[in-house]
Order: sequence, then C-alpha cells, then structure tokens
Amino acid sequence: MMKNRGLSILKRCFCSGNSIKPKICVVGGGPAGFYAAQHLAKKLENSQIDIMERLPVPFGLVRFGVAPDHPEVKNVIHTFTKTAESPNVNFYGNISLGKDISLEDLKQFYHIIILTYGAEQNKKLDIPGVNLKNVLPARNIVGWYNGVPSDKNLNINLNCETVAIIGQGNVAIDVARILLTPIDELKKTDITQHSLNQLSQSKIKKIVLIGRRGPLQAAFTIKELREMLKLKNCLTLWKNEDFETIETPIVEKLARPKKRITELMLKSVQEQKIINNEAKIFNPVFLRSPLEILGDNQVEKIVLGVNKLTGNDLLTQTATLTDQIETLDCDLVISSIGYKSIQADPNIPFDLNKGIIKNTKGKIDAGLYTSGWLGTGPVGVILSTMSNAFAVTEQIIEDIPKDNLLKNPKPGFEGARKILDQKNVQLVTWKDWAKIDKYEISLGEKAGKPREKIVDIEQMLKIASS
Amino acid sequence: MALNVLRRTSKFGRLLGFTSPAVKNNMRILSVGQPALSKKEVEVTFIKANGDEIKAKGKVGDSLLDVVVNNNLDLDGFGACEGTLTCSTCHLILSPENYNSLPNKPSEEELDMLDLAYDLCDTSRLGCQIILEDNLDGLKVKVPATVNDARS
Ligand SMILES: Cc1cc2nc3c(=O)[nH]c(=O)nc-3n(C[C@H](O)[C@H](O)[C@H](O)COP(=O)(O)OP(=O)(O)OC[C@H]3O[C@@H](n4cnc5c(N)ncnc54)[C@H](O)[C@@H]3O)c2cc1C
Ligand code: FES
Repeated sequence: MMKNRGLSILKRCFCSGNSIKPKICVVGGGPAGFYAAQHLAKKLENSQIDIMERLPVPFGLVRFGVAPDHPEVKNVIHTFTKTAESPNVNFYGNISLGKDISLEDLKQFYHIIILTYGAEQNKKLDIPGVNLKNVLPARNIVGWYNGVPSDKNLNINLNCETVAIIGQGNVAIDVARILLTPIDELKKTDITQHSLNQLSQSKIKKIVLIGRRGPLQAAFTIKELREMLKLKNCLTLWKNEDFETIETPIVEKLARPKKRITELMLKSVQEQKIINNEAKIFNPVFLRSPLEILGDNQVEKIVLGVNKLTGNDLLTQTATLTDQIETLDCDLVISSIGYKSIQADPNIPFDLNKGIIKNTKGKIDAGLYTSGWLGTGPVGVILSTMSNAFAVTEQIIEDIPKDNLLKNPKPGFEGARKILDQKNVQLVTWKDWAKIDKYEISLGEKAGKPREKIVDIEQMLKIASS
Repeated sequence: MALNVLRRTSKFGRLLGFTSPAVKNNMRILSVGQPALSKKEVEVTFIKANGDEIKAKGKVGDSLLDVVVNNNLDLDGFGACEGTLTCSTCHLILSPENYNSLPNKPSEEELDMLDLAYDLCDTSRLGCQIILEDNLDGLKVKVPATVNDARS
C-alpha cells in the first residue's frame, strides 16, 4: 500500500509538474465513460473531469441495454454514482456532441477528450423483405422494453405465434427471454409499463433463434443459455442433426469455457422432450442464413439458406451457403446482428465500414482518445468495457508528459458553458438526475416495481428543473 | 485527499444497504447477539498483477469481496456487481493447495461467470464466493490484471 501511494504521488507531481490543472472531458455517460472518469479521478487527483451525456439520464446501456430481469448487473450503478459524486468529477446531462457542442469547441476548452459515446445504431439486415411490417431490429425492442425515449412508440405486433430471431448473441437471447418470460415475473422488474401492457397480451408460442454457424461457434454465453434452460414454462428444443458431428473427443479438446457450454448444450439435446403442451418453446437453430422475408404487408415467412462449415480450425470455421433452402412460417422477425457506432461529429476520424472510430489502443490523436464500444466495436460485457477504459486511461497518464498535453491552462467546462448557454441548452447536473431517479423510484413503488422509467425527454427535463 | 473521500463514501454506500449476501449474512449473525469480538480474524494477502502485496484482515464468515470492501483495498473495479455473481470482476487465482482446501466448491453459476474472466486458470475462483474460515488464515490469492490490451 505504502509503496503504491508513493508511486501515485510521484505520478501526480510528474504529470502536473507545471501546476496546470488537467481539464478532461469524457463524452458519453455509459460504463466506459464512468470507468474512465473513475480511474482518472484516482490517478490524477488535481484534475477536473467532466462527463457530458446526451440524455438527461446517465449509465448508457446499463440503463437502456441490460435486461430488466437482470437487476444485479445494474449494481455497477452504485460505483458510477460514487464516481459522479467525487469532488473532481462533474456530470452534465442533455449535451449532445455534434449537436450542442462540437469536437473543435471541446478541444479549445479541454486538454484531454475521451469519446465514449457507445454504439447506438444497429447493423442492418440486408435482404429483401426487411421493410415488411413486424420485421424489427433487436435494438429497438430492447429500447422499447428498457425505456429508450425514441423507442417508446415502437410498432410491434405480438399477436403472433412464431418469432424468428436472426443472430445468436446475448442480445438475441435477452430479447427471446423477455418475450418468453411469464408476465408475472416481468411485472416485478423495471420494465417499461407500455411494453408490459403489450407483453401481457402476447400470443407468442415459439421463438426460433437462428445462427449462421454451428453450436461450437455460437455467440451466446453459458450463463445466458443456462437461464433459458431454466426458464419457467418454457422448453428448449434443439435439432439433433446440428450436434451430430460434435463427438466426445472434440469436446474434450476444447478450452474450458467452450467445453462447458458445449457440454451443457449436448446435455440439453439429450434430455429434450415435449412433456407439456402448454409450454412455450425456445428453439435454437444452427447453420442457417436468412435470404428473404416474405409476406403481404406483414411478415409471413422467412426463407433460410442452409450453410455448411468450412475451415480447419473448429472454432473459427466460417459458414458457406449451399444450394438448399428452407422456409419458416413466422409472424415477427427480429434481427439481432450487432450494433455499430456513428460519427457524431464530422471531425472525428471514423471508419464508416467498421462503424468505429479510427484509433490505436484507444488513442485517436494527441489529447484525443476513445474507449468502450465506440473504440473497440460493440462487443463484450461490462467487464471488458471496464478493462478497456482502465487501459486507455493508463495510456493517457503516460501520454500527458510525452505529448506535452498540459501546455497552457484551459477553461474546461466554463468555456463549454458559454456555448451551451448561447444555445439555451438545459444542463442536467448530478443533483438534477437525483431528482429524476427519486421520481422514477417512487413511481415504481406505486406499481410494485423497483422503478418506472420516464420515457419522455421533455418530462425528464421538467423533473430535473423542478 | 480526493481518493480518501472516494473510498470513504464507497464504504459508506455499501453500509447503507448495497451489501453483498455475505455481508447481510454476517449482520444477521451479529443481530442474534453473538458478540462481534468473538469472531476470529483471518489474514489474507492479495498479490496484485504487478507483484505488490496487500495484506488485510477479515472475519470468519466474510467473503473475500467483503475483505476488499471493508478494508478499502486498492483493487480497481473489483466487485462491480456487489457479490451477485453477475460480473466476474472479483476473479482471483489461488494456489492448488488453497483451492483444494476450500470447503465450498464452485457452483455451476460461479463457473459460468468464471468462463468470462480474463486469465482463467484451473484454480480460479470468484472472490465474492469464497467465505473465510479459521483454517484459511494466511491465505494468499493472486488478483489478475484488470488492465488488458485496449484492442481486446
Ligand atoms: C441489449 C444489451 C444487453 C447487455 N447486457 C449486458 C449484461 O447483462 N451484462 C454485461 O456485462 N454487459 C451487457 N451488455 C454490454 C454492456 O452494456 C456494454 O459493454 C457497455 O454498456 C458498453 O459501454 P459504453 O460506455 O462503451 O457504451 P454505452 O453504454 O452505450 O454508453 C454510451 C453513452 O454515450 C451517450 N451518447 C451517445 N451519443 C452521444 C453524443 N453524441 N454526445 C454525448 N453522449 C452521447 C449515450 O446516451 C450513452 O449513455 C449489454 C449490451 C446490450 C446492447
Ligand atoms: S462481485 Fe460480481 S461476480 Fe463476484
């Protein structure tokens, strides 16, 4: 401990030897932003760190992504709250980079800028028929049940029996689970009331989870799978033929995580039987690629191409289409093929193909950094986002003397405030968010829920200024 | 200074109610009247990725996450989900002897979370699931690096 403290004092003197107070701006109040702020607040004690967030509410995908039936995952909010309340950190909500303030402005006011504004778009499924009614991106369904303001009026029809979900990542599983979970379970969560109302009328019987590749390449993780296998009143059914080539000697050779999930799937395949006709069905299907969605106005069928796997390394085999096709009757198609970022400001060096900021280990340019999904691409859990944020902030601390980032004093938020005032932007401070938080919790209490999220930005702003 | 404030509030926040199951458990025991002092203290050494050693004391019945929290140990990001088995930021690596001597074996759910951890070993455990016992006095655990390659 002592040794550590000595080191950090040394670092502090070294970094700010010229006594200029480092002014740091973090753009985006999700996990990457909060973890970066946490690390910097600790390592650069004399710095001022401002988190700017587009929405009046913090926490990014912890609030708007993580499923309502996973409240434990959201415990990180307590750590983020401590960070926001530490003396050298400020939170300012309702400021959108690229709209309310530009990157050039921020560069004038801050020594260091870290872009952590996430990946808010979805990759588009590019096949004929995607514009039919009831073909929806998973992202919007997540937003609808989690209270993303722009998704509150999502036009989704749940008066249907079979759902096809394209993609097998954890987001796909989340959506499947929410659609299959008994309504009485969901009622106890912070799921939005508007989605709860519709889900209580849902006629969904079966969800088919479609993956391009085989069970060994499946993207979902074991925790999410185990949860599906244990879901009340729901059977998981597999296609035996998907597992025919996965023999014991192959499984034995896999690394532990792959081995355990494969064994869990094989066990479930062996045990599967329909014992209860009332139960809903979760049906993962492998080696299929969507080719076309058919229907007259609303989706009626999806055409799937049958794939085969090629390549020598089992885990990285790729899918190649054969000339075989199948059709699946379904009334709702959900595409869950990934997220992507946008270029929030024209001066951000951006790789439009990959949908990420051009960066080397988080560094974009002198004094300009990125972290989280915006820099790494939209993969990984909060743990990986945290590791990335810590790694990038370590890099920043190294770069401060190397790149001479603290040449002149900078005004920090006082500079930004002038521009925001001119544009009449209502700033939402941490205290203001606390009002929204309190309001949501008390609204939830009345409905027996931990929270009822406000889904209207105007209303959030009204509560914030009350 | 700032750091100290941060740490104090951190402990405070947890005492105010964001307690891990093991802490709750502990409180229940206390409330049935067992004097706190009679609880034996056990010493644990956390070895950081850079080799630094941090020694800390915990009470029998505490989890290793409780030890980290109650002593405000400087382990960044440790225990993000507060002991609810949903984050794996409390990943620790034990010696084979210690691993085998632990009375409670990892549950399926713990192994599921460990499968997402960096630097997973055969003797990996989640700190929030290891409960201190008398015979664990002197336990040494390795804390894997949280700072990974930024591209990973
Ligand atoms: C549906 C879903 C479920 C998930 N479930 C889990 C889970 O159970 N467990 C787990 O560990 N991980 C989960 N994850 C992953 C986890 O959410 C991510 O790892 C993490 O949120 C990424 O953090 P981030 O800060 O990079 O991005 P985000 O969380 O997206 O944060 C970005 C922030 O920037 C803000 N922003 C956007 N544009 C601007 C702008 N122009 N100006 C200012 N601010 C802006 C956004 O409003 C947002 O608050 C899930 C992800 C999704 C999509
Ligand atoms: S604290 Fe999250 S799994 Fe142990």
